[in-house]
Amino acid sequence: METTLLKRVSDSEWQIEPHEKMRVPAILFASEALIRDMDAKVYEQIVNVASLPGIQKAAYAMPDAHWGYGFPIGGVAAFDPDEGGVVSAGGVGFDISCGVRTLLTGLRSEDLPPIKQSLADALYRHIPAGVGSRGLLDLTDHQLDEMLADGAVWALRLGYGTASDLERTEERGRMAGAQPEAVSDFAKNRQRREMGTLGSGNHYLEVQQVVAIFDEPSAKAFGIRHGDIVVSIHCGSRGLGHQIGTEFLRDMVAQAAGYGIELPDRELACAPIRSPIGEKYLGAMRAAINCALANRQIITHLVRRAFAEVIPRAELTVLYDVSHNTCKVEQHQVDGHSKEVFIHRKGATRAFGPNHPAIPEALRATGQPVLIGGTMGTASYILVGTPESERRAFSSSCHGAGRQMSRHQATRQWRGRQLIDELASRGILIRSPSSRGVAEEAPGAYKDVNVVVEASEKAGLSRRVARLEPFICVKG
Amino acid sequence: MAQAQADSRSRWEHFTHGADIGVRGIGATKEEAFEQAAVALIAVISEPMRVAARREITIECEAADSEVLLVDWLNALVYEMAVRGMIFGRFAVRLEGIRLHGTAWGEEVDVARHEPAVEVKGATYTSLFVGQNPDGSWIAQCVVDV
Repeated sequence: METTLLKRVSDSEWQIEPHEKMRVPAILFASEALIRDMDAKVYEQIVNVASLPGIQKAAYAMPDAHWGYGFPIGGVAAFDPDEGGVVSAGGVGFDISCGVRTLLTGLRSEDLPPIKQSLADALYRHIPAGVGSRGLLDLTDHQLDEMLADGAVWALRLGYGTASDLERTEERGRMAGAQPEAVSDFAKNRQRREMGTLGSGNHYLEVQQVVAIFDEPSAKAFGIRHGDIVVSIHCGSRGLGHQIGTEFLRDMVAQAAGYGIELPDRELACAPIRSPIGEKYLGAMRAAINCALANRQIITHLVRRAFAEVIPRAELTVLYDVSHNTCKVEQHQVDGHSKEVFIHRKGATRAFGPNHPAIPEALRATGQPVLIGGTMGTASYILVGTPESERRAFSSSCHGAGRQMSRHQATRQWRGRQLIDELASRGILIRSPSSRGVAEEAPGAYKDVNVVVEASEKAGLSRRVARLEPFICVKG
Repeated sequence: MAQAQADSRSRWEHFTHGADIGVRGIGATKEEAFEQAAVALIAVISEPMRVAARREITIECEAADSEVLLVDWLNALVYEMAVRGMIFGRFAVRLEGIRLHGTAWGEEVDVARHEPAVEVKGATYTSLFVGQNPDGSWIAQCVVDV
């Protein structure tokens, strides 16, 4: 993207003044280098978002923003239903409530070398990954509805986890306001046998080592030290979320004109929050959030099983669980007043600062953990929400490295087998059913996650706490 | 991954879209373009030539226009493959206005033989186009989310 299109507010903030149909400005948080690398489509998409009815303050793009569907990935926008605000299926994205959960293990890096191979094999055996993989469960209609209503709380009822897991999950494991009856039979059918599966594409499970601590007090509060071993799970609501996204996008496109909404791009499909289809979408989308929370909870259980088999003294506890494709009702400051808004985060992580009531008590004084997925060859990060994140972008931060190369380019540049060997020589074990899948996810296909989190920190969206590097990566 | 088949009139290809992939079917008729777009969809997952035609599934769709119909057709295939644990390799499409009658032939996913690289989560409205080239051939394309 050309920087000449933007007004430079600071080294880490760029603005697009309202013009033509824009109702509010668009603000991009990024370094100059990241802006230059950013797809020109991000400009177009964030301008479109800023033109939607009822949008509050500004449309925001996070430092890892790239071309998405309607909304840019890395897009954040809040809407007020009293001002005709909308909810957008594209603004949530297809993989509803995709997110990251990080588990502490109580193990240290020196514990890993003797068990690394067997742990990698055990994780790969226990956690279904890749195309066509099936979970342990085959849910009845009734069980599906319970899962969609109660999320991780439902998974606990089945014995997959402990109460303390819920405490460390956004929404305490259960998204309120879910309407299983708003979810189509098609969406339910796609999920029936997929609970507790990782999926494919950019989804993964990693065993990681804490290689750097940037903020000792926050790290201490999060229970992490230099040299600790942690596990991170990145996946979402699987086929169910996608089916919901697809169906509502289609319906919202068809109904938009009837609500007087002019769509500059069909993928931006949206409907008034206060409309039958808007309300139905919110009910279905919340059910999909529950599906993702239950899914990550079951996978947590499977990870525990795998560890118990290999190193029984490991004690796996949840550090935190974040979702980065959601629309949630939150209280935010707008024009000096606190008000309830519907905030879309598409490829963006909620990042509440210290003392927010939604943060678990043990972490409240510190701020919300913000879990950032990297690539299998580089690094991931644990960040924390800052006091100013509320003012900057409705308490939102980046979500990952962000792709910079297409899958096609990646497969031309790398061979899966070669990449797996190369990573193995660096001590990183990959387990995947598909070598082409590995090539498509080559670390070089992504932006430098270090640069992305630095930009987030500079912009005041979140602050670095720890850097993690992978030892084992299970890829779908 | 094969970029495209032999340069006959009826063929498929992939095009680039950020993190995802675009699928494009080209044919002498709109029907053929729809069939080829489906082959392109399969090629995102695996090599279509590796899929044996052991079972036949019929698909019916209806939409307001040809473009939405293409998205519906591809999404119906994604759905059928997901719930049946199948992968398709060959397709036949018959169009009656905005109504599509489709047949897909395939088999159960065999990870060892098909080596599926990635699940397609769905077809999208991005770079969606159904229309004719100046030479009269038809194009049916959109980006799929993986």
